[in-house]
Amino acid sequence: MVEVKIGLEIHCQLTGLNSKLFCPCQCDYQGEVPNTTVCPICLGLPGTLPLLNKMAVAFASMISLALGCKVQERIMFYRKNYFYPDLPKNFQITQYNAYGITSIGAEGKVDLGAKSIGIRRVQLEEDPGRLIYENADVNANFYTLIDYNRAGVALVEIVTEPDFDNPKDVRLFLDKVTSTIEHLGVCDIKLDGSLRCDVNVSLKEGKKVEIKNINSFGDVEKAIRYEITRQKTMSIREIEIKSETRHWDDARKVTMQSRTKEEEQDYRYFPEPDIPTIILGDQFISTIKTKMPELPDERKIRFLKDYALSDHVAKVLIDNKELADFFESTVKLYPSSPNEIAHWIISDLLGLIDDIKKEERSLLSGLRIEPKHIAELVKMIDQNKINRNIAKSVLSQITRTGEMPSYVLDKMNASLIDNESKIAEAIDSIFELEISAVRDAKQNPNAMNFLLGKVMQMTRGRADPKITLNLIKARLAKME
Amino acid sequence: MPNHLYRLTANQVTCGIKNGQFSAQEYIFQILERIEKVDNKVNAFVLVDKQGAIEKALSIDKRLRDGEAVGELAGVAVGIKDNICIKDLKTTCASNILESYIPPYDASVIRSLKENDAIIVGKLNLDEFAMGSTTEFSRYGPTRNPWNLEYVAGGSSGGSAASVAASECAVSLGSDTGGSIRCPSSFCSVVGLKPTYGCVSRSGLISYSNSLEQIGPVGKTVLDVVMVMNSIAGIDENDQTTKPIRPIATLTSEDITKSNISSKYTADQNKRNITIGLVKELIEGADPAVSKCIYSAVDLFEGSDCKCEETSMKSIQYALASYYTIATAEASSNLARYDNIRYGFEYDPEGYEWNTYFSNVRNNFGDEVKRRIIIGSYVLSAGYYGKYYLRAHIAREMIRQEIKSLFERFDVLIGPTMPILPFKIGQKIDDPLKMYQIDIDTVIANLAGIPAISMPIGFSNSFPVGLQIMADDMCEQTLFDVASFFEKIVDVRRSPEI
Ligand SMILES: [Zn+2]
Repeated sequence: MVEVKIGLEIHCQLTGLNSKLFCPCQCDYQGEVPNTTVCPICLGLPGTLPLLNKMAVAFASMISLALGCKVQERIMFYRKNYFYPDLPKNFQITQYNAYGITSIGAEGKVDLGAKSIGIRRVQLEEDPGRLIYENADVNANFYTLIDYNRAGVALVEIVTEPDFDNPKDVRLFLDKVTSTIEHLGVCDIKLDGSLRCDVNVSLKEGKKVEIKNINSFGDVEKAIRYEITRQKTMSIREIEIKSETRHWDDARKVTMQSRTKEEEQDYRYFPEPDIPTIILGDQFISTIKTKMPELPDERKIRFLKDYALSDHVAKVLIDNKELADFFESTVKLYPSSPNEIAHWIISDLLGLIDDIKKEERSLLSGLRIEPKHIAELVKMIDQNKINRNIAKSVLSQITRTGEMPSYVLDKMNASLIDNESKIAEAIDSIFELEISAVRDAKQNPNAMNFLLGKVMQMTRGRADPKITLNLIKARLAKME
Repeated sequence: MPNHLYRLTANQVTCGIKNGQFSAQEYIFQILERIEKVDNKVNAFVLVDKQGAIEKALSIDKRLRDGEAVGELAGVAVGIKDNICIKDLKTTCASNILESYIPPYDASVIRSLKENDAIIVGKLNLDEFAMGSTTEFSRYGPTRNPWNLEYVAGGSSGGSAASVAASECAVSLGSDTGGSIRCPSSFCSVVGLKPTYGCVSRSGLISYSNSLEQIGPVGKTVLDVVMVMNSIAGIDENDQTTKPIRPIATLTSEDITKSNISSKYTADQNKRNITIGLVKELIEGADPAVSKCIYSAVDLFEGSDCKCEETSMKSIQYALASYYTIATAEASSNLARYDNIRYGFEYDPEGYEWNTYFSNVRNNFGDEVKRRIIIGSYVLSAGYYGKYYLRAHIAREMIRQEIKSLFERFDVLIGPTMPILPFKIGQKIDDPLKMYQIDIDTVIANLAGIPAISMPIGFSNSFPVGLQIMADDMCEQTLFDVASFFEKIVDVRRSPEI
């Protein structure tokens, strides 16, 4: 088998900050009128100087520590020079390690159980603005609009070593990093574009191919699979694999050669003279360490210990902070059966969520479910007030109505008790309306089914078909 | 009312206005009249804000009549180099590429001047983007030397020095990247200061070379320069490279806040027993017409209880190469933003594809600016970074270290500000290398980050000669003490006839 090497570059917007990386503008630009969350600094107006947001340094340090990096003592910023209309200064302020390690974090390691993935660096940089094409076909536009609201938003770039050899590990890694970022509270990963990932893939001894523009984390796995197949096919046919940048075509699910041929760019990096070198002392790092919230690995150990969950169940919960939080809130309300609660959340509740939402990681949004519902439901099961099958349909109703399980169950029981007389009522009115069918029904079983259908229609399907059929038969018998 | 109010120093102006000898309005009318009369010859101003100046003067007069407080620079006419942003006033850097740029914010130094009730009379000429030593590379044409209109005023803050020398304003602000304040101050016989790096906020100064440049004052006297510094120096939250200043050596900044000492620096003329280092390389490299003048000044100092000793600074040989490498590298990146998308000049993009439009826009830089962008891009490019940019920084560090060791022995280092006398307009414009070489004496202070002042020391063949005094990091006060002492014993203050 041909060995594959995969590396990742993850960009994470620090949406947990109030302001942008180098100016006081609000960093939340989602839904704002274009070019309104801007100021002379993030527009790169002549004479303005970058004012480093100290909080961003703290956030990036937290991410570095959480990914097992050493937080560097000496932090520097560099200019990456290139011309692009969405870049107000025509250079990006970022970090660069070619002349000595001065990025916030470096030399980290993320444990994936069977293996671990090296983190080359964690660095801070500014997001550019956004080019907006009114016509989806880029070439059909006579002009391009630019929205600078995003310009200057703080990004943390996480660069891994090319330590992956299969797409599955990439997925595991991304789940873990995402959950870590969520637990740190530095980024709202549900926001559009807050988390982005570029991938590089190469066969052993082969040239490195970079894949950009992968908009969802779910597609990262697909893009890698596609790219591995493409490169393997080429190498079998002895076609040379070039070092290039390819784009992920979201609609066709293939990687495409970038239209503009990107030559080896010379970014002319040099130290940003307007931001003095920052010396992060031991005290800063120890303060950050004390402020670090509980991280996924620690949380998992606690879940195993405190709630006696299985390794798999704990992992599924913790890979998505929303689920883990939901679980713990539920257990707080009903501490007796954490395992039962966990199962209801990860199998039954998750079973109700469609794949699109799972991809967006917004699992519970849109569902009207709350911890108190699951707590009560599990309690009712424990007390044998409800069987599992009915509990499942109760759960499904709760997610739509937000009603308490006991209320839903009462309603269900009530409609069951009323059933026979209600069905009889319906049968009465159908028999009055469908006289000829009633007449035929004595001989013709098809006519009997027709009457059954009519009753079901009238009761909007709530009538039990077996009971209904028996009642119809009894009624017909009476008529003779 | 005195007849020549426009000739007064800043100190005389504020005193006169505060004491009621004349009004700010009377003064500013004379200034505006003076500009009207002489600036068509000198070409120091690129924009005169008559209305703004008169309004400010009226407001000062009104507040004085009402018994309200006015600022420390009340009424003083100040000119501003046209690479420093003033809200709602055109700021062009004397470049076609910023022909119609109007900043929406004030530079921090402008805010300070306004708060101190200085009257900003207009914007001053410079070499395009402050790149030059003569103010000939300006879209507005060269500024002329008030002492001889056929000669260059020096640069790049030619407008800042010539306007003060010609009494078109009392003081001015310039910027100094490699001598841009001191060179024209020397050529025009005025006092010009390049402060310690980080002493004055650069917020609002349109960057040429961020790690080298500082905004600084030009005035007729050391005291005037001190007064402006008291308004503009100090930490600014809009510039993270600013540092706490050390005004009076014996006081800590805490003392100053506690005791409410309002003036940060003083011009103490009683300084005695100064140890002076005369930098051999600088004096030996100078034109004899210049060095003669410096030596006779040194004689005067030695006769006034100063200890003067010749000393050598070997790293000077690397200064120019180091300076031009770092300055052009930073410039190539700073000037990348001028793409005419958000601001710039009138040029309709209709019908152009982006790359064509962009190159057409960039073609509007002048030749000297283009030259420096190209050199800067070259020294930063992948294969050459180590060969040029990194070595320039190593040289810079050597210079810094050598200077530091010299200040263990001397209070100040002196030498000529410029190695030559002012020359005719057009004489060196076609020879960039010769032009770069005249910066040799001034770039040292920028590379080392130390403060340096140029003050008039005499005349040679009726052309001004400037003395450069350098002090240790953040030792502006030492510089002021020494300079005002020199000013007293070598009084050469005169006004040119225009
Ligand atoms: Zn902003």
